[in-house]
Amino acid sequence: MEIISKFIEKNGLVFAFLVVGLIMFISDIISKRLTNKKIPAAAIAIIIGLILAYIGGRYSNGEKGIADIKLFSGIGIMGGSMLRDFAIVATAMGASLLVMRRTGWAGIVSLLLGVFLSFTVGVFVALLGGYTDAVSLTTIGAGACTYIVGPVTGTAIGAGSDVIALSIAAGVIKAIFVAIGTPFIAKYIGLNNPHTAMVFGGMIGTNTGVMAGLAATDPKLVPYGALTATFYTGLGCLLCPSVFYLVLRIFFK
Amino acid sequence: MIIYGVALLAFCYVTGQILGEFLGKLIGINANVGGVGFAMLLLMLLLDWAKKKNYFDTTTGSGIQFWSQMYIPIIVAMAATQNVKAAVSSGLIAIMAGIIPAVICFFAIPFISRLSKAHTPE
Repeated sequence: MEIISKFIEKNGLVFAFLVVGLIMFISDIISKRLTNKKIPAAAIAIIIGLILAYIGGRYSNGEKGIADIKLFSGIGIMGGSMLRDFAIVATAMGASLLVMRRTGWAGIVSLLLGVFLSFTVGVFVALLGGYTDAVSLTTIGAGACTYIVGPVTGTAIGAGSDVIALSIAAGVIKAIFVAIGTPFIAKYIGLNNPHTAMVFGGMIGTNTGVMAGLAATDPKLVPYGALTATFYTGLGCLLCPSVFYLVLRIFFK
Repeated sequence: MIIYGVALLAFCYVTGQILGEFLGKLIGINANVGGVGFAMLLLMLLLDWAKKKNYFDTTTGSGIQFWSQMYIPIIVAMAATQNVKAAVSSGLIAIMAGIIPAVICFFAIPFISRLSKAHTPE
């Protein structure tokens, strides 16, 4: 037993391919047999992934889900930002340059609007929660953008660590919610064409959520949404601690 | 050769990400701005150019195709490494601040999509 577990720890990435392959296989069966293909296999696989992350977190008390269990540490490499971004760049191969050029400006508009709307609503939620100082409001509003914008903003304007933790949690919840919710909500918001996918990427912005949500909805849409979403976190990190914070300072202490 | 495709992809990835890092530094924030986006655009431009010049063959393409097909499994692995436990036990404000803005943005999408489509030349 010890020999096996030592071997797997040493060959983590290859073992991760096997584990994820099994998850995909099980998801495919569930999708076909239990839901009559109504729920895409990718969506079920992502939900299984999130459940495993929860179990991993409960078991190890770590921050990296299942990857904190030594046996599954290779999943952390496979799902880490390097391979993820490498694969997402590869999806651009199937995208149309013409469509992107034509709808690029719609992407920019939706980026600005998306950051503004998420931030504003996030600030309102923070107000409801009893926060009244500009620093905390800005940090929580930034967390409503993505889980990177939150801590970057909070650190820049000197928020307390409890508020920063809250903003990270809000961002992670947004990502999970978008990842699970997108395939179910797609048909109601007309998310079935490249144009809307670019607007979707700009409006929602959270990389993890957008990429997983689109993958579960229709893999063909992934490059379009990803292209705009990849600018969202940067834009949020730019606007939240500067313009948005200064505006909030006028109204709150 | 397959490695040409993978190497081309790697070239775009490295160039785009470094550009994103510099752009982030330039505007004074501690984050990569659009690195993946630049890499995607670069890949599309290079593929377009290579196809026109007939430098592109199917095995080169399959080196890129493989990684684009690995995308969903990688996303599943990414999902399995999220801090889900902290998120679900983080209290009502965090949950509301995560979900309510996302819901409102969801429902704003069809309006913006329709509006921008009306102004896009066919």
